[in-house]
Amino acid sequence: MTVEKMPETITVREALRDAMAEEMRQNPNVFLMGEEVAEYQGAYKVSQGLLEEFGSKRVIDTPITEAGFAGVGVGAAFGGLSPIVEFMTFNFSMQAIDQIINSAAKTLYMSGGQMGCPIVFRGPNGSAARVGAQHSQCFASWYAHCPGLKVVSPYNAIDAKGLLKAAIRDPNPVVFLENELLYGQRFEAPPSGSDFILPIGKAHIERPGKDVTLVGFSIMVGYALEAAEELAKEGIDVEVINLRSLRPLDLETIFESVRKTNHCVTLEEGFPYAGIGSELSAQIMEHMFDFLDAPVLRVTAKDVPLPYAANLERLAIPRSPEIVQAVKNVLYNA
Amino acid sequence: MSSKNLKNSPLSPSLENLYKAYESMYLIRRFEEKAGQLYGMGFIAGFCHLYIGQEAVVIGLQQAVTTNDSIITSYRDHGHMLACDMSPGGVMAELTGRSGGYSKGKGGSMHMFSREKKFYGGHGIVGAQVPIGTGLALAHQYKNDNGICFTYMGDGGSNQGQMFEAFNMAALWKLPVLYIIENNLYAMGTSLDRHAAVTDLSTRGSAQGIPGKSVDGMDYLAMREAALEAASYVRSGKGPFVLEAKTYRYRGHSMSDPAKYRSKEEVEDIKSHHDPLSILEAEILRQGGDKDHLESITKDVKKKIDAAVEFAKESPEPSESELFTDILV
Repeated sequence: MTVEKMPETITVREALRDAMAEEMRQNPNVFLMGEEVAEYQGAYKVSQGLLEEFGSKRVIDTPITEAGFAGVGVGAAFGGLSPIVEFMTFNFSMQAIDQIINSAAKTLYMSGGQMGCPIVFRGPNGSAARVGAQHSQCFASWYAHCPGLKVVSPYNAIDAKGLLKAAIRDPNPVVFLENELLYGQRFEAPPSGSDFILPIGKAHIERPGKDVTLVGFSIMVGYALEAAEELAKEGIDVEVINLRSLRPLDLETIFESVRKTNHCVTLEEGFPYAGIGSELSAQIMEHMFDFLDAPVLRVTAKDVPLPYAANLERLAIPRSPEIVQAVKNVLYNA
Repeated sequence: MSSKNLKNSPLSPSLENLYKAYESMYLIRRFEEKAGQLYGMGFIAGFCHLYIGQEAVVIGLQQAVTTNDSIITSYRDHGHMLACDMSPGGVMAELTGRSGGYSKGKGGSMHMFSREKKFYGGHGIVGAQVPIGTGLALAHQYKNDNGICFTYMGDGGSNQGQMFEAFNMAALWKLPVLYIIENNLYAMGTSLDRHAAVTDLSTRGSAQGIPGKSVDGMDYLAMREAALEAASYVRSGKGPFVLEAKTYRYRGHSMSDPAKYRSKEEVEDIKSHHDPLSILEAEILRQGGDKDHLESITKDVKKKIDAAVEFAKESPEPSESELFTDILV
C-alpha cells in the first residue's frame, strides 16, 4: 500500500489572517479596525499576530460603537485609505447598516462617479451555536439586496484567503460574510505566494454531478458536500456549486449547471422570506424555465427567530439531512 | 471677546479680507435666493435646504482652512460648496438635475462632492456625516499631512447617537477634527429647547473631554476669530474641538416647510437686527470701506449667479445611459 502525501492544511481563521497580513505588507494604506482586533488578537482570534507585526496605527481597537466606527471607516476610505472594518459579528452591523448602505454603497453613484469607497466590512455571519436569536442571523440577503456593494461569503480556506485579498484590493465597498463555525475547520491550504487571489463574482463547482444542482454558500457548502456523499450511495449524482460571491452573482455557472441537471435546490442559513434562495429561484425561473424538470426548492432556516433550546435550534437550522430530503423531493417531483 | 475689540488684535482681518468675505457671503445669499426661485418655477424638485441667514458661519470658518484640510457637512450644503470655491454653475446644475451638475444630476441638492476642493459631501442622513468626518480626520492623522477635517452638523444632528460615538473616538485618538454645530435653533420644526436637554451645544463633547465654545454665527468677525483659534487648537495635535455657531435660517427647513412653528416677528427681528450681511457691511463702513465698492461687488455676484442659473437651465439632462453607470468603480 502506498502512502499518499497529505496536502498541507490550514484553518479558515489562519487563511483570513494571512490574507490581511499579506495585503497590509503590500499596501501601507490598508489597516484593520474593530472591537478587540488588536490587543485581544480578535474576539475569534482572526487577527492573531497582526498588532505585533503592524503596530497600533494599523491595527486599531475601537470602542463598542458600531455605527461610529463603521462611519469612521467610510470617512477614512473617502480620505484615501483602505480600511478593513471588523464586526465582532454581523449581528452588530445592524447598528451600522446606515453607514454601510447610505454612505459606503451609494456615494459613488450620488457623486457621479467621483467618490469611491474602498472598504471591507468583515466578520462572522449566520448561526453560531446556542447563542440565541440576536446573535444568530444570516444577513446575506440584506446586503446583497443593495446596488453599490459587493457581497462575498467564503466556505473553505482557499475561498477565505483568495476572496479576502480580492476584497481588500477592490475599489468598491465589500461586505465579507464569514462563519464562526468554520473558523477552526481545516481545509486544503491555498497556493503559497502573495499573488494568489480569487475573482469576486465567480462561483466554484466543488463537486461535479449530473442529476441535481445544489447552490449554496459559506457553511452550507460543507453540508451540501456531505449530502452529496450520502446521495451518491443511492446513485444520485449531485453537483455542488459554491457561490463564493452573492453580489455580483455568477448566474452563468448556475445556469450551465441547471441546463445539465434540470433540477436545483438552493441552500442558505438565512430566513426563507426574500432570501438568497428567493433570488436564485426567480433568476432560474426567468432564464432557465424550459430546462427545469421541477420547481426550484429552497432549503433555508425556519421562519422564526433562532431559539436557544438545543432541540429547537436543531429544528430551525438546516443541515445535511434536510438537503438530502430536498434533493429527493426535487427529483421525485419531476 | 467681542468682535469690536478685534481691531488691534493680530487676528484682525484686513479691509480686503472683509470685502472678500462680503463677496463670498453675498454669493451664497444670492445663489440661495435664486435656487428658491427656480424651485418655485419647477426647475428644482425634491428636498432643497437653503442656507440663507447662516452665511457668516461657513465663510468665517473658511478663513481657517488650509490646503490639505477636508470639509464635510449635512444636506444644507450649498453654502459650504460655494465656500469651498466649487463653481456656482456646477452646484446649480446639480439642483436642476442636469448633466453639468457636480454629480452629473445623479445626486441632487443633498449630494455633491469635489475631491479637488476636498469637499466630501453633502450627506442626507442627519448626523451620519459626523463619523465620516471623523474618519477623514483619521486619514489626515494616518497620512500625517497636517490637514484637519471641518465636520459640520446642525443642532438637530447633534442629538444623534453616532455623533457621541464619533466624539468619543476622536477624543480617544486625538483626531484632527473641528466639529461645527450650526445651531439655527430648529431641528426641522422642533425648537432647541424642545429637542435638547442641554441647550448650550458647545458642551456636546464635554462627556468626552472635548473643549467647546459658542460664538455668534451671525457675526463674520466673531466667526472668523473663533474659527482661527479652534482650527489652530486642532491642528496643534490636541484633538477635536466643538464650535457652536449660534445662527438662524430665514427660510423653512426645506422648500416644502412653511415654518409655521415660529412667529413672523421672530424672523423679522433677526433679519432687521442680526443679518450677517448687514452686520459685515456696517463693519466695513466703520473701518472706512467704500459703499460703492460693495455695490460693485454685489453687481458682479449677481452676474455670476445669473450665469450659473443660465447654465443650470441650459445644461442637458443626463443621458439615459447614465442610469447604470457609477454603481461600482
